[in-house]
Amino acid sequence: MDSQTELGQVVGRWEHFPHGADLGVRGFGATPAEAFVQAARALCAAIADLATVRCDEAIDIEREAPSLDLLLMDWLNALVYEMAARRMIFAAFEVSLTGGKLTGRAFGEKVSRERHAPAVEVKGATFTELTVREERPGLWRAQCVVDV
Amino acid sequence: MDSSRFEKLSDNAWRIEPFGAMRVPAIIYASESLLGEMDEKVFAQVTNVAMLPGIVQASYAMPDAHWGYGFPIGGVAAFDADAGGVVSAGGVGFDVSCGVRTHLTSLTRNQILAVQEELGDALYACVPVGLGAEGEIALGEEDMAAMLTGGARWAVEQGFGRAEDLDRIEEEGRAAGADAAAVSEQAKKRQRHEMGTLGSGNHYLEVQEVREIFDAKIAKAFGLQQGNCVVTIHCGSRGLGHQIGTEFLREMAVAAPAFGVDLPDRELACAPIRSELGQRYLGAMRAAINCALANREIIGYIARRVFAGFFKQEELPLMFDVSHNTCKTETHEIDGAARELFVHRKGATRAFGPRAAGLPAALAPHGQPVLIGGSMGAGSYILAGTKESEGRAFSSACHGAGRRMSRHAATRAWSGRQVVDELRERGILVKSPSMRGVAEEAPGAYKDVEAVVDCAEAAGLAKKVAYLATLICIKG
Repeated sequence: MDSQTELGQVVGRWEHFPHGADLGVRGFGATPAEAFVQAARALCAAIADLATVRCDEAIDIEREAPSLDLLLMDWLNALVYEMAARRMIFAAFEVSLTGGKLTGRAFGEKVSRERHAPAVEVKGATFTELTVREERPGLWRAQCVVDV
Repeated sequence: MDSSRFEKLSDNAWRIEPFGAMRVPAIIYASESLLGEMDEKVFAQVTNVAMLPGIVQASYAMPDAHWGYGFPIGGVAAFDADAGGVVSAGGVGFDVSCGVRTHLTSLTRNQILAVQEELGDALYACVPVGLGAEGEIALGEEDMAAMLTGGARWAVEQGFGRAEDLDRIEEEGRAAGADAAAVSEQAKKRQRHEMGTLGSGNHYLEVQEVREIFDAKIAKAFGLQQGNCVVTIHCGSRGLGHQIGTEFLREMAVAAPAFGVDLPDRELACAPIRSELGQRYLGAMRAAINCALANREIIGYIARRVFAGFFKQEELPLMFDVSHNTCKTETHEIDGAARELFVHRKGATRAFGPRAAGLPAALAPHGQPVLIGGSMGAGSYILAGTKESEGRAFSSACHGAGRRMSRHAATRAWSGRQVVDELRERGILVKSPSMRGVAEEAPGAYKDVEAVVDCAEAAGLAKKVAYLATLICIKG
């Protein structure tokens, strides 16, 4: 689902980009926090169709890192960990970034082979193509390659 | 890559003279054709690895080399701790000790085909596969520590395997020097319910026919008979290994400047072997190796149980179990002197030659089995380590065909249903919880495994023994 600025421009969105053996996840947003939300959606969309995931349960996540790109990596790896440890799949997220601290929430449900048909299991977020940057004023990009 | 950029050592070996910060040359084992197919990143990565402190002899790439994380997949590099050598989490990867094992049967192709659907259904029902699948056993704290230290030996002691399996596994089923305390609580929690699970992606359990024998003497010693079937399992250290890879990659990347290591690529995250961080990583990585060995032993036990329901007399003895994402401490001869080295094999398989220390007596005269997985359609190969391999790349060989197409591109080229149906027409049964996953693993997404294996033999890395054709594939 895309989000729009007041001017009606579609800014928040996610996409995948190719990598030889694995997969790139990329989020765009008007702010770094929104880009982080979209990158999380891209991560989970690599596993299953987000439209099939019910947001029954919320998990809180907090991380701190000395740079935005490390914070993105930590955020995505936290989601990978929570999904693995709780046997869940997420589809919606909230993120706020203050200084070097991320406070986030992930919404989802227990993974169901029948309803979600998960395609891959993400092992972790990598340093490959890891970038968080402002493409132009009001458009942030957050991305990295994930090992699947 | 254009071969004119390299110094040609032979038809299957190419050298990059050290330039810039490289401490040793880089050597790529590939035919000119395979070299031409390799992505540009292989050049950058194999030369980056050559810059790491304490690297010995050369930075190597195998015939199936492709873009990895820091190291190319198919990368081999050895380091001397006494020369300030490093251990690299990037050089081992996220799926620590991912590997392959093959169990033997006396069953023919026709015996398997007579029950193909039912056997496939039973294996699919009994082997936990895909995201979210849980294993039969949940490990409490004590069992977790015992598993991380005991590896496949622990699994056998718990009743998930046989004592005679152990000398058919590298390091006799248990990596020494594992430190369960170096493994985080998160990694342990991630693994608690995952023992004996296959995972997903390119992991699989296959029933295969020994379709062709290339070396009758070695095949006989390995227990392979043309027309008989084998059961092959490909998976690794599951969530525990992934979490260890994630955590140490980050910690090493951040710590590198303090060690005076100038990383050409953050993904090459490493630490001096003799540092506290290096030692802690080695302890955790060895624990993850044990987790993978235990995991494959348990899945082997499940496969035996399923087969017993169809063929009561079949014992499914273990032929061999190899790992291909590890850093192992080995002794190698360098300029006439024996040196202890930390050998990283990232997407590469150990290929000890005849009479190498550590091989079981029955296999020692012939070299270590090297199990090379292809795609569902192309089949797999069994090779044997050679004496020549020691001098090539510390007794290492390739591990598979390697992808030639991204997952994204594969799902655009094929549908999972299409792949399953086409393989079914060829007599191959594929079972998977995800059609998208099947599309990503389509045979056409992989390089030609035959070309990779032929090159490995021509380069002296390992010797072809048998070709295996897929009959049933359970994939995650």
